[in-house]
Amino acid sequence: MSDAASGEGIGQPVRRKEDFRFITGNGHYTDDISRPRQTWAYFLRSPHAHARIKSIDTSAAEAAPGVVAIFTGRHVADDGLGGLICGWTVTSKDGTPMKVGRHPILALDTVRYVGDHVAMVVAETLADARAAAELIDVDYEALPAAVSLSACQSAGAPQVHPEAPRNTCFEWELGNKAETDAAFAKAGRVVKLDLKNNRLIPNAMEPRAALGEFDKGTGIYTLHTTSQNPHVARLVLSAFVGVAPEHKLRVIAPDVGGGFGSKIFIYAEETACVWAAAKVGRPIKWTADRSEAFLSDAHGRDHLSHAELALDKDGKFLALRVKTVANLGAYLSTFSASVPTYLYGTLLSGQYDIPAIHVEVDGVYTHTAPVDAYRGAGRPEATYLVERIVETAARETGIDPAELRRRNYIRTFPHQTPVIMNYDTGDYEASLAAAMEAIDYKGFPARKAEAAKRGKLRGIGFSSYIEACGIAPSAAVGSLGAGVGLWESAEVRVNPTGNVEVLTGSHSHGQGHETTFAQLVASRLGVPLANVEIVHGDTDKVQFGMGTYGSRSGAVGMSAIVKALDKIEAKAKKIAAHLMEAAVEDIVFENGTFTVQGTDKSLAWAELSLAAYTAHGFPSGEIEPGLKEGAFYDPVNFTFPAGCHICEVEIDPDTGIVKIAKFVAVDDFGTVINPMIVEGQVHGGIAQGIGQALLEHGIYDVDSGQLITGSYMDYCMPRADDLPSFDLGFTTTICPSNPLGMKGCGEAGAIASPPAIINAVTDALGIRDIEMPATPARVWTALQSATPRAAAE
Amino acid sequence: MPVVSMTVNGKPASADVEARTLLVQFIREQLGLTGTHVGCDTSQCGACVVHVDGRAVKSCTMLAAQAEGAEIVTIEGLAKNGELHPVQAAFREHHGLQCGFCTPGMIMTAVDMIRRKPDLDEETVRDELEGNICRCTGYHNIVKAILAASREMR
Repeated sequence: MSDAASGEGIGQPVRRKEDFRFITGNGHYTDDISRPRQTWAYFLRSPHAHARIKSIDTSAAEAAPGVVAIFTGRHVADDGLGGLICGWTVTSKDGTPMKVGRHPILALDTVRYVGDHVAMVVAETLADARAAAELIDVDYEALPAAVSLSACQSAGAPQVHPEAPRNTCFEWELGNKAETDAAFAKAGRVVKLDLKNNRLIPNAMEPRAALGEFDKGTGIYTLHTTSQNPHVARLVLSAFVGVAPEHKLRVIAPDVGGGFGSKIFIYAEETACVWAAAKVGRPIKWTADRSEAFLSDAHGRDHLSHAELALDKDGKFLALRVKTVANLGAYLSTFSASVPTYLYGTLLSGQYDIPAIHVEVDGVYTHTAPVDAYRGAGRPEATYLVERIVETAARETGIDPAELRRRNYIRTFPHQTPVIMNYDTGDYEASLAAAMEAIDYKGFPARKAEAAKRGKLRGIGFSSYIEACGIAPSAAVGSLGAGVGLWESAEVRVNPTGNVEVLTGSHSHGQGHETTFAQLVASRLGVPLANVEIVHGDTDKVQFGMGTYGSRSGAVGMSAIVKALDKIEAKAKKIAAHLMEAAVEDIVFENGTFTVQGTDKSLAWAELSLAAYTAHGFPSGEIEPGLKEGAFYDPVNFTFPAGCHICEVEIDPDTGIVKIAKFVAVDDFGTVINPMIVEGQVHGGIAQGIGQALLEHGIYDVDSGQLITGSYMDYCMPRADDLPSFDLGFTTTICPSNPLGMKGCGEAGAIASPPAIINAVTDALGIRDIEMPATPARVWTALQSATPRAAAE
Repeated sequence: MPVVSMTVNGKPASADVEARTLLVQFIREQLGLTGTHVGCDTSQCGACVVHVDGRAVKSCTMLAAQAEGAEIVTIEGLAKNGELHPVQAAFREHHGLQCGFCTPGMIMTAVDMIRRKPDLDEETVRDELEGNICRCTGYHNIVKAILAASREMR
């Protein structure tokens, strides 16, 4: 039976293989794993945004019941451990490298944000550790804090790091300033917009956790941790932090309950747990509570931007000029420098043919939690800016927003933008047309009029987005400052019985790789899906890999599997040729059967697999026994998912509540392996985008630096009754740069949706701008100042 | 330390615990039933929902001692004789889960919701899910799964 007939092949909505364990309570997340003689860690955190540590007295805490050990920054430093690193170096426009403040695992003499790590208490129980932490006497000298993003570069602002004057880590630029200025000089119209991209707190539902172990006999450390990329974690912990040599450190990321970027990074807690496990000679477990997650997980977004778009009299875009200040928080997190630069500035051309672009980005330190990649990472910020200013331009020119976009779409490919990216393929008009049809754009005026009769304000907003995924050839990202390559690995192990294990360097934490990757393998080898096992997340099993983020696992990770499968097929055909006494060129492999072309000779997959291991039927001098192949795949270009999202909102002017009346998303992801899973990814992304646009905001008190939104009582997570059901569609252009034609789907929803929503809200209110999140209070306030109340009715 | 005794998934369970032990800690740490999850510390997320005497309860809001003598069902006890509960089956069929972390609480909440309100519609499901947070699915397929299970169980 062919895979298409069995419903398991590429393009089929196969139900997920991983679901059984999750719906029956048999998943194994890090906190579910316990060891004999396990101890618990609790981290004493700074209550101050900025303070000098004059002294730390742990004597009372050490004498408390159940305490095994207490570690401070002094212990870590005395042991020669390095600090945490940023794996991407950004160079300022004056040619100087970014100014990196030291990032100790436990604070030495200064704390730099509320939640910064001061001491680790290891005790028999979590309750003991927590109680003992309260007995640690830290003598702080509280210092003024730089919290405000707009003020942190001012003269006299409190300094976060001595290495970075004016709290400025880098002043980066991209594009051609002279050409951009020249285009502005002759522009018929210039549209200007100041924008804030609100700080978000990722909030994967599984809090971060770690279980560190040390085997005295072998000298091997084992770390179970909530990671999106255990291999990179091992590399950083060995090569940079120096916890253990790489071959003496095993990192396992078991079932991981969501990541959205926040679990890419290497944090202090897991580092301290695995390091200290050897010191105390017992396993150490740590699991964040939600309050700690709010304080110490890397946050996302947080930009202030000024944008200017130059147009000619026909509405053709001539140039875009952008100045952005991006918050990096108190320390550079693992990839933070790349997010507001190469993942942001490079996407400012959007879907449009813009001849000249110039962007300047200042990356700045503040006394707040580190900021790094969060679903979309730089690309939502770029899309928000482009799609907001394009919509504003449409309103100011009086050109219909769809028409203005059409006039400026890129229509020929490949297209070289002025900001590095070379778009390979796309059909932006197709997704726009499909989205307009799905939302019934023509019927909008009638719906608006009908809403007005009910006293409601109805608005519609577009977002034509593009993103760059499957982050690029390693040599290219290396030239832009990446400290790592961004290829992916795969190993296909065919067992003697013919079932198959596939080891991948990517990591699944909700994306369904165990199903989609198996669909690829099953369809290629003609074996049942049940006979394919996807193995990931353990550095003892998978040799190396780069993990999952940037919507890369399909386009890059599956391409590596295709390469390995090519090698498997080539070797299997050689073996088949010997077994069936035919020329290898005459062997055909289809639906799990090897046949000799033009004959009735055939060999089933299982027979071939067994023969590969008995090695009786072929000369082992010529062909090695066994059937196992590995591959590394380095992408030749970024992939460019794109599409159009349209949102229709209805606002109650009495309460300011924004109701999403309809949300349409039409995306072009290239080849889709499993539409059910892809739709799920889009749903989740849109929900996070709606969260950013209407609900979520990470707020620090501007004076004290206290996190005001530090729990689910204060930080508004999207709930089921905040969201509508979504109307999804797909258009397809095949990605030419990878063997499956895939582009990536994981982040599109979060990238595309916020501008669609805010464009709809501002359309409904008849105003130019409203800050995200457009909460009822903000909407109501905007209504009071914009129009007399009666005008809305 | 007090001894608490209850029935968990049809079996008697008893342990000496500190008086402050929460029901969720008793379930996860004493009984090793790690399918019930903890996703927050303010009783907002619902990852820890179990059934106490047939009602959905956030097991982080209740002391183990308060469950003395109660009949507890956790996600591990929902499938009977190797057959998935219709709500479990519907979550799989309609892709109502991604990372799986909120899923046990979602399913336990949904079972109770369907018991209380056999004629569910989308608005009611969304309203009833107020106490369960999912970060992955945007709720779209969770709502679909619950509505499908509710129809199935009518």
